[in-house]
Amino acid sequence: MSLLEVSGLSVEFDTPEGVVRAVTDLNFKVDNGTTLAIVGESGSGKSQAVFSLMGLLAHNGRASGSVKMEGEEMLGRSYAEMNRIRANKISMIFQDPMTSLNPYMRISDQMAEVLVCHKGMSRTDAIRDSIEMLDAVKIPSAKERIRMYPHEFSGGMRQRVMIAMSLLCRPRLLIADEPTTALDVTIQAQIMRLLGEIQRELGTAIILITHDLGVVAGHSDEILVMYGGRVMEMASTGELYRSPAHPYTQGLLTAVPRLDHDDESLTTIPGTPPNMMELPKGCPFSERCQYCRERCLEAIPVLTPLAHHDRHLKACFATAGALR
Amino acid sequence: MLNYVIRRIAIALPTLLILIIISFLLMHAAPGGPFTSERPLPPQVLANIEAKYGLDLPIWQQMVNYTWGILTEFDFGPSFRYKDRTVNEIIEQGFPITLTYGFLSFIVAVVVGLSLGVIAAIRQNSWIDYIAVGITIGAQVLPNFVMAPLLVITFTLWLGWLPGGGWSGGEWQYLVMPVIALSTSYMASIARITRSSMLEVLNTNFIRTAKAKGLPYRTIILRHALKPAMLPVISYLGPAFVGMITGSVVIDIYFSTGGMGYFFVNSATNRDYSVMMGITILFGALTILFNLVVDLLYAWIDPKIRY
Repeated sequence: MSLLEVSGLSVEFDTPEGVVRAVTDLNFKVDNGTTLAIVGESGSGKSQAVFSLMGLLAHNGRASGSVKMEGEEMLGRSYAEMNRIRANKISMIFQDPMTSLNPYMRISDQMAEVLVCHKGMSRTDAIRDSIEMLDAVKIPSAKERIRMYPHEFSGGMRQRVMIAMSLLCRPRLLIADEPTTALDVTIQAQIMRLLGEIQRELGTAIILITHDLGVVAGHSDEILVMYGGRVMEMASTGELYRSPAHPYTQGLLTAVPRLDHDDESLTTIPGTPPNMMELPKGCPFSERCQYCRERCLEAIPVLTPLAHHDRHLKACFATAGALR
Repeated sequence: MLNYVIRRIAIALPTLLILIIISFLLMHAAPGGPFTSERPLPPQVLANIEAKYGLDLPIWQQMVNYTWGILTEFDFGPSFRYKDRTVNEIIEQGFPITLTYGFLSFIVAVVVGLSLGVIAAIRQNSWIDYIAVGITIGAQVLPNFVMAPLLVITFTLWLGWLPGGGWSGGEWQYLVMPVIALSTSYMASIARITRSSMLEVLNTNFIRTAKAKGLPYRTIILRHALKPAMLPVISYLGPAFVGMITGSVVIDIYFSTGGMGYFFVNSATNRDYSVMMGITILFGALTILFNLVVDLLYAWIDPKIRY
């Protein structure tokens, strides 16, 4: 049994303009101690998919399908029931560490309350454990700095605090929603390395949400590429980089700037991400796809394994030969 | 912090001085004087009286004398209208009354306003929210000079539960209607500001983090959201508090409570210069003081603000 099994997950929002489907029929598994990267442009539904795992969708959102954590169904639980799961079994860190910590509370209070709430610890014990965790994420002189407020930390340090806070209850699964997007490049590398170390030490599984294929290369076991709320391609990280099978993934990979090619300009995928209110009738990527055929405009391709690779799936009508 | 407080008080003094000068000049710019009446006094008598109160001196000298009296002896001078009473005595008599019903109104406005605002924000777009917003708008558009007679018609004339006016040493029956009439519009403003600032806070990233931490909703509201949501409310509460404890003309006249509002309006119509100046300075000083209190509360709530 996998740690997390998601099957047929769809997320819809009621808006004044009608129902918007942010995620359609998502299926994946995450095993203990592994990392799944979900890659996609903004608006591809990747964040909403994981918010629904945490039961944190906005009021007008609803999720259907099935999300099983250690065999237990998570969808359809009340807010209070989910509170026993959040931070305790599944925890989450966010894109913007500058605004994700409460600026009006000391770090000590923000961290300790997690342990007091979930583990019933006394405040003193909770603070002692919190200091240990800050040490573990390499915050210098944690004992003194835990009394500080978020604005007294730099962006990278705040993200370390967020990570420490999310790990307090030793969750089985950590969801990292674009954890490095708001940080500068040297700090990005440090944070990614830190996540890797934590995973090795604690055996935590990680779902890494990102729009940057460059970030996930060395830091994930499996990659799921989303577009227009659907999975376009899914494969192990090595396989996906070696032989991307979907035109969108190929586009994303050629868009990653490389130092070993002396191209003058950056390669981009022409066009813009689709409006989720008016998705095309056929394949969501058809409008921007250079291989688009009549069939792609009529029907939505199903996610199917490639020939000879049952762990490599793509949702595209084109055959491998046609894409070269 | 202490430095900041001292600096603010040091700035307050020249501010008050400017307030004194402007009010003094405005008051004297208005035609007539305290002893002007329908049947003019004989010129000799008028001259004698004016000499007695120092009104024959050039205006700048009157002003210097007056200010000097306040600064050296805390003496706001004699009333020109109420014989044998000083301004200090009038304030001593009237201020405790306005302070009593004003402070109670403040408590009522804050407790009801905050609760209403927070509940409306938590249950946004539910029927509770709509009712709260409805009450708020109703309370805000209903001026207290309409509210006061409506209260009297209902509770005194119709139901016969409460006395229609008077003070009687501040017994509760005499307090109910003044407090309702005075607190309602403040309560509405507080509720409105609380609701919108709470809604804003509830949409912030750090509240999302608090939810992801699996905290009970009550804890999220009370520990994470309430403090930041209070910031705009507090900047409103400073002036509102002064507005309430200095009383209201409408309340004092309608319910004959005999507070400062009554004296203030009478002094203006009677050209009772010293009473009017005294009350103006008192209001001004309180406004400056509570704006300072608001700024200190800000620093207490927001760790990024340090003086």
